[in-house]
Amino acid sequence: MRNSTKQIFILAYILALTLGSQVALGNNTLNVCKTCPYTSVKEAVAKAAAGDTIVVDGGTYQEHGIEINKPLAILGRNNPVIDSNFKGQILTVLSDNVTIQGLTLQNIATSYRHDDAAIRVVQRSNVRILNNTILNTYFGIYLQYSEGIVVKDNVVKGEKGDKAESSLGNAIHVYRTDEVEITGNTVQGHRDGIYLEVVKDSEVHHNTSQENQRYGLHFMFSNGNNYTYNTFRHNGAGVAVMYTDKVHMEHNTFENNWGAASYGLLLKDIRDSVIRNNIFRRNTTGIYMESSSRLDMQHNNFERNGWAIKLLTSSIDNTLKLNNFTGNSFDISTNGPSQLNHVENNYWEKYTGYDLDKDGVGDVPYRPVSLFSMLVERVPPSVMFMRSFMVDLLDNMEKVLPSIIPENLVDEKPLMSRVKHDSDRKLTQVVR
Amino acid sequence: MNKIIKYVLLDIIKSKIIIAYTLFLLLLSIGLFNLGGSPDKGILSLLNLVLLTVPLISIVFATTHFYNSYEFMELLVSQPINRTKIFMSEYLAVALSLSVAFLVGVGIPVAVFGAGLTGFYLVLTGVFITFIFVAMAFLASVITRDKAKGIGIALMLWFYFALIYDGIVLFILYAFGDYPLEYATLAMTVLNPVDLGRIIVLLNLDVSALMGYTGALYKSIFGSVWGITAAFGLLLLWALIPVLSSRRIFSRRDL
Repeated sequence: MRNSTKQIFILAYILALTLGSQVALGNNTLNVCKTCPYTSVKEAVAKAAAGDTIVVDGGTYQEHGIEINKPLAILGRNNPVIDSNFKGQILTVLSDNVTIQGLTLQNIATSYRHDDAAIRVVQRSNVRILNNTILNTYFGIYLQYSEGIVVKDNVVKGEKGDKAESSLGNAIHVYRTDEVEITGNTVQGHRDGIYLEVVKDSEVHHNTSQENQRYGLHFMFSNGNNYTYNTFRHNGAGVAVMYTDKVHMEHNTFENNWGAASYGLLLKDIRDSVIRNNIFRRNTTGIYMESSSRLDMQHNNFERNGWAIKLLTSSIDNTLKLNNFTGNSFDISTNGPSQLNHVENNYWEKYTGYDLDKDGVGDVPYRPVSLFSMLVERVPPSVMFMRSFMVDLLDNMEKVLPSIIPENLVDEKPLMSRVKHDSDRKLTQVVR
Repeated sequence: MNKIIKYVLLDIIKSKIIIAYTLFLLLLSIGLFNLGGSPDKGILSLLNLVLLTVPLISIVFATTHFYNSYEFMELLVSQPINRTKIFMSEYLAVALSLSVAFLVGVGIPVAVFGAGLTGFYLVLTGVFITFIFVAMAFLASVITRDKAKGIGIALMLWFYFALIYDGIVLFILYAFGDYPLEYATLAMTVLNPVDLGRIIVLLNLDVSALMGYTGALYKSIFGSVWGITAAFGLLLLWALIPVLSSRRIFSRRDL
């Protein structure tokens, strides 16, 4: 008897607990549509209890300044559009555990004082922003002082028109936020596609960043992040990354960043990082390296760039191995004679040496820096003599008897054929 | 005048050199376009050919032709024909025959494989270069009566414009590298028709983006209709100056 009382007591306790939590967290679904109990998202958010789900049905809602101050899931169904009509920010997340999914957010005016964004997360954690479309905004998604945020499969499109750089915001702007996952987003037409400042331990995968006014990807002071399988193309100045350690950049494509001030990838003060298996195609400068050291650059393809790599003498102790250099106007250019980098076992299309013992490694060293590229580095206007017969002659003379080009920047063991990064593991083993 | 041009043209065609030149250009251009893959690449390789061999062949052919037809000219001078007319007919006949050879040898492959504006500029530049170097050849020939000396001067002129000039300019640029040299470089390229032609074509290919700030500056100058017109106007000037000065020398000289 005593036993059964105890059992009933426990049962009642559990029941009370579940009920209690039901009340505390809420689990209701609030519908928003033209004929529903709620006709605006703001109203539904105000009435919802923590843990509720708000389903926004198709249609256009003229709203701005929605503050989400409790854990909610806001889900769009049938492509609802929330239009701020250039009046201000749309969604501000001021609570942990929020999900925003499937909405179209549009029309936010340039605001220098507020930096208005379509979605802003302030000092929160565990927020998920999924499958949204953000059109014609100043900033798209703005994360600040937060952690554990997922930004996935969103499309952020700005209309840069011919606006000045200063009147454009970034598509995805992350400031002092750790453990962010930015995956599968398409961003275009903003100032910077993805902007990270003081962001740690984050992942940026499978994004496409194109046609931005300035940089496709821009990060500073953001240590220990991984960037893989992203595509950066047609950005005003390519990708610029600065003052950061321990970055992994793999399987990315940098292409068609073409113009007087364009770089595929600009590295400034990057240390102890890995750049592997990337493709640099048709950029004015594939990689520009300044004050960067201990970088491990292997298995990259440099195709049809103006300059494949501009390696400034302030960059030391970098490793360039097993990369393919094909169809570049200049393979490597540098600005001085001293060179403290390791260049080995790359494939250079311009290599004219021979391989008598048929081990796949050329018997004559290859010097990737041409005399003319040195001259252009020193006197930029001399580039107008590109393809002049005299220049070809000087380059060939310098190749035979190097006197001006840096003596240490040399590939002692150039490969005779293109490195096939996936299948050529055997050769890779041999030359290692 | 037309009659003289006709005679000279017939004479040139009889020598068969011009036909060999046409075939040589035709073979090279077709080969380069087939090798290059993209028409842009073909045009880029053709550019080197146009800027190196076309001036050389034009200048050597025109000089030898001038000395070889000296007796014919003396005969014409004994007739009541104006000396300027004789000279201009000779010049036009040689320049036209070489230009036609160039148009057939390079123009047709360019039109077939990679037309477009750049191809058109390349062909136009080639024709201008032909006229310019034939004019220089005639200038070299009227300066001296000695055939060996004349050919020597012609070859020196080619050597200067195709090679030495660029070397000198590169040296100057290197020596004065600390100064802003954009406009100085522009002025120096204008002083050499070969460089001018090369830049007209290069700036219209997309490699111009490689050329950084200077390239952008040049593109803003040569990219406009006015810029291109001015550039070709300068090339025309490069042909006119040697022709007119050699005509003057020819009409006053004791033959």
